[in-house]
Amino acid sequence: MSAFDATVHLVYVLAAAGFVIGLHLMNSPATAARGNRLSAASMAVAILTTAIVLGHDGAITLTGILVLVAGAAAGGAAGLYAARRVAMTAMPQLVSLFNAVGGGAAALLAVHDLTGPATAPTRVAVTGALDILIGAITFTGSLVAAGKLQGWVPGQPITPPGGRALTVLLAAGGLGGGVWLAAQPGSRIALVLLTIAALGFGITMVLPIGGADMPVVISLLNAFTGTAVAMAGFVLGNPVLIIAGALVGASGGILTKLMADAMNRSIGSIILGGFGTGDTAVPVGAGGAAVREVSADDVAIQLAYAGKVVIVPGYGLAAAQAQHEVAELADVLEGRGVEVTYAIHPVAGRMPGHMNVLLAEANVPYPQLKEMDEANPDFARTDVALVIGANDVTNPAARRPGNPISGMPILDVDLARAVIVIKRSMGHGYAGIDNELYTSPRTGMLFADAKKGLAALTAGVKTLVG
Amino acid sequence: MSADLVVDLTIFVLSLLVGFEVISKVPATLHTPLMSGANSIHGIVVVGAMLIAATARGWAGYLLAFVAMAFATANVVGGYAVTDRMLRMFRRRPAAPAPAPASAPEVEQR
Repeated sequence: MSAFDATVHLVYVLAAAGFVIGLHLMNSPATAARGNRLSAASMAVAILTTAIVLGHDGAITLTGILVLVAGAAAGGAAGLYAARRVAMTAMPQLVSLFNAVGGGAAALLAVHDLTGPATAPTRVAVTGALDILIGAITFTGSLVAAGKLQGWVPGQPITPPGGRALTVLLAAGGLGGGVWLAAQPGSRIALVLLTIAALGFGITMVLPIGGADMPVVISLLNAFTGTAVAMAGFVLGNPVLIIAGALVGASGGILTKLMADAMNRSIGSIILGGFGTGDTAVPVGAGGAAVREVSADDVAIQLAYAGKVVIVPGYGLAAAQAQHEVAELADVLEGRGVEVTYAIHPVAGRMPGHMNVLLAEANVPYPQLKEMDEANPDFARTDVALVIGANDVTNPAARRPGNPISGMPILDVDLARAVIVIKRSMGHGYAGIDNELYTSPRTGMLFADAKKGLAALTAGVKTLVG
Repeated sequence: MSADLVVDLTIFVLSLLVGFEVISKVPATLHTPLMSGANSIHGIVVVGAMLIAATARGWAGYLLAFVAMAFATANVVGGYAVTDRMLRMFRRRPAAPAPAPASAPEVEQR
């Protein structure tokens, strides 16, 4: 190993260490931004080092350089534009798109290596086949997941034509093609079979999963992309790709498990379709018990004269992009001396931490956001719990065995002296069951879009009680 | 099994273990930024895209390198930019009404 090669290797190790430390710093809000910058700086070092290697080796052609520059310009501009312009509510889809391109790029690296003039050695063939398999599944799977969240693909579970049989067939085709390619690295037919089957499998894997489970799926695909990148590292014999890829593969796996745990579901049951019902329209008052409907003005007065109000935001808040309206209502109430806090369920919204990001965007002070364990003891001395578009995470049925959400940790909203639920309809959450909270005598239902409902409450507080 | 493969496999397995350890103690608040941060790290695939451009010959090779480079750069640049944008929101408002309770995680002051 020449001095140059050794230096390059050491710099790569340094960059990899930067990723690990950067990710570690992201464990706490105080150091998270610094961690991300360290990670970005390490990435810059790795890219710069690679550029120096290319120049030093002198193997790259002028066309190759132009291709790189053009690719970097196109991809960089698109990535930056999307990152700057996308609404905070659309964050999960964007992460999914970045998974798609990352996985796609990893798969292309292996395709390139396996179609080169020389026949690939077994090591490259095996890891390359895995790379293409995982990368291609991630590519189409992430596109479908992003489409579901964006509303371009219907959110409810879709059974693809041919149903499970097609999925199984594609899985078999992908695995068969992979084994074939590993055994016979030069085979173009094997490569095409593997790629097409894996691309198809990505689609049929995600289509039958409901929109509410997409965060878990995106997190899983994030782990997939990391693993595909690690495989690409094996193919190219590059340690920094292996380390960074494995790091993301493992951390993405842990995150996925944390998310699934918070919903009391196993990753397996989500991928296999789980209860797979999705939102179904249910007439108001279904289930026998009647609900009490309240008007915005009544609620405004109730809130204005409360001592302590806890706001429970959920997916409805994110969907209606009502974070600024809720912050304004909280400001008006605080101006009247009402104590306002937010109770954040770990999986409220579309991703863990999604509510925090949204509310932070609306400048809600961080200390007002209480996590579930901190918020629950407070409900008993809360005058009004204001539930905005949250459903299953407030359903007391979770405390009893024998239903789809049994055992799921919930916010003890029902312990508050009064509960107001802002919701568009009596529709179900992802669990597809009635929420007993809505029929409780303490609960008033304000049927409205979160944004309009909150604006009406703020206006009501201002005009009715001055 | 070559010596290189053994070394690479060792690195792979140890990195997996590091990944499990680094992540297992994160408050739920940071899950979304963290997923986004991990997402940008797999943009390291850009290094691979640069390396294949060096060995690419013929239009098919260059096309592959171009698409891989564009995909990977979008992942890196967009990933870091969006993570930074999210994290910048985790700051205290200048006139925070009350100091954070001792149990609440501290927030970066800007």
